[in-house]
Amino acid sequence: MSLQKKRFRYLGESLIEGNIKITAILAIIAVFLIFLFIMRESLPIFFSQEVMQEITFGKLFHGIEWQPVSDNPRFSMWPIILGSLKVTMIALVFAVPAAIGAALYSSEFAGPRLKEFIKPVVELLAGIPSVVLGFFALIIMASFLKSIFGWTYRLNAVNAGIALGFAVIPAIYSLAEDAINAVPRSFREAALGLGATPWQTATKVVLPAALPGVSAAVLFGMGRAVGETMVVLMAAGNAPLFSFNPLESTRTMTATIAAELGEVVFGGGHYHALFFIGLALFLVTFVINTVSWVLFDGLMNRLYGAKK
Amino acid sequence: MKKKALYLLFSVALVFSAGCGKNKQSITLAGSTAFQPFAEKLAEQYMTSNPGATITVQGGGSAVGIQSALSGAAQIGMADLVNLPPEAKDLSATVVARDGIAVVINPANKVNNLTTGQIRDIFNGKIKNWKEAGGADKTITVVSREAGSGTRTSFEEIITGIELVGEALIQESNGTIRETVANDAGAIGYLSHGLLNEKIKAVQIDGQDCTTECIMTQKYLLVRPIFLLTKAQPGAEVQRMIDYILSPEGQQTIQQNGLITAK
Repeated sequence: MSLQKKRFRYLGESLIEGNIKITAILAIIAVFLIFLFIMRESLPIFFSQEVMQEITFGKLFHGIEWQPVSDNPRFSMWPIILGSLKVTMIALVFAVPAAIGAALYSSEFAGPRLKEFIKPVVELLAGIPSVVLGFFALIIMASFLKSIFGWTYRLNAVNAGIALGFAVIPAIYSLAEDAINAVPRSFREAALGLGATPWQTATKVVLPAALPGVSAAVLFGMGRAVGETMVVLMAAGNAPLFSFNPLESTRTMTATIAAELGEVVFGGGHYHALFFIGLALFLVTFVINTVSWVLFDGLMNRLYGAKK
Repeated sequence: MKKKALYLLFSVALVFSAGCGKNKQSITLAGSTAFQPFAEKLAEQYMTSNPGATITVQGGGSAVGIQSALSGAAQIGMADLVNLPPEAKDLSATVVARDGIAVVINPANKVNNLTTGQIRDIFNGKIKNWKEAGGADKTITVVSREAGSGTRTSFEEIITGIELVGEALIQESNGTIRETVANDAGAIGYLSHGLLNEKIKAVQIDGQDCTTECIMTQKYLLVRPIFLLTKAQPGAEVQRMIDYILSPEGQQTIQQNGLITAK
């Protein structure tokens, strides 16, 4: 290769490298700008006199009713915060055992061929659009569950929670499987060599060793569940009730934004209140995801040493 | 190789910019989701008879319709409210169609007629069981639209005095209201009358059927106008589009697809 050609190739590579760098920085800037925008749109609740006649920070936490469009508008976030928590917990109760069980099975017990089958199929679940899952829960699953258990309310938190569970199983499974696979072979060999059965090895050695990573997977799933919109919007019935009963209809923070933002008076108190909910959601998922990654990194460091 | 790619990129950019230059006759309609499918059909017909015109139809809701007509994001805003809000006072509003709102229940429900007062009490939560409204002993599931929806605003303004019961389910479209009512024997909801089908049953209101005839003769109570909103002096192209919708041909399209004509 002539020197000129070499130089040209070097130039090409650095161009591509620069491009990738710019794309990465743009992605970070985009996230940052979105955050700034949400901040800007929710701050009038604290500072704008005009908006504060309609809604203040105190009103968002006063009372237990969310009725933003009414002669006497009430903006309490408690029912929708409770709704988000309720549906998320139900989703996790349903999804965590299933996802971790599947991860443990496919990495510890399944033969290579079965493993090759399970992993893509579970991950295929992630490819189901959430509107399809929501529609399925709204039309089929809700009627089915009602006919079995005889619930008074067809669309309720349990119905939405189970549907949401399906949506987060792949996320939890994927990360948990990575964590379990990351446990070094020597752990298993030592346990088996000492006479432990495969079941004892899996539950008493491998799973505890991978526990930080598995917890990270659960938290990651939780972040997904809190932020998921379409499934709960369709399957939960969306009555903003302040109730701990999982068999009553419920409304989440995401569903409130999705349903009401399209029809809200631009720049009014209700509009800024919805952005404040968005800000709260952003912070909650940010914290959950950060904790999750810290845990996962911790596991990798523990198993493989601090160097990357 | 590289030259070729650059050349390709350049020609693609050229094609796109050429496309942008020709948007003299492009009109955007935005707003009411209830009128959106009709607007799409009308736009298609208009574009067939006026080649060269480009009409884009967007949804978003009545509030978006008013907002985008004000800001100029759309030349024509669509709104389906009984009373236009004060911020729309600077816009010129034309009624192009009317839409009945049907109060619907599950076909298994024996109730056929409700009075305005009963509907108010059901949505207020004062009547909680169908036996108090002439039906079987079954809990009522109230299904309503999201706060701010044009259909909900119109419904509440015509029935008056509704402070929606907290247990009410909220569905964010006509379609999901229909599915929820179709699958719940105790449910009651309301939706655009053009979307009625055999899976749900429309009740009479104060003895009047929700049919095109009763809406035309103004016997049926729950009717809302559909407004097209433009800046005070719309351009010639925009005016021609509105004139087309009001023409016998446009009105016929509106009627064939389940809405009621403007006059």
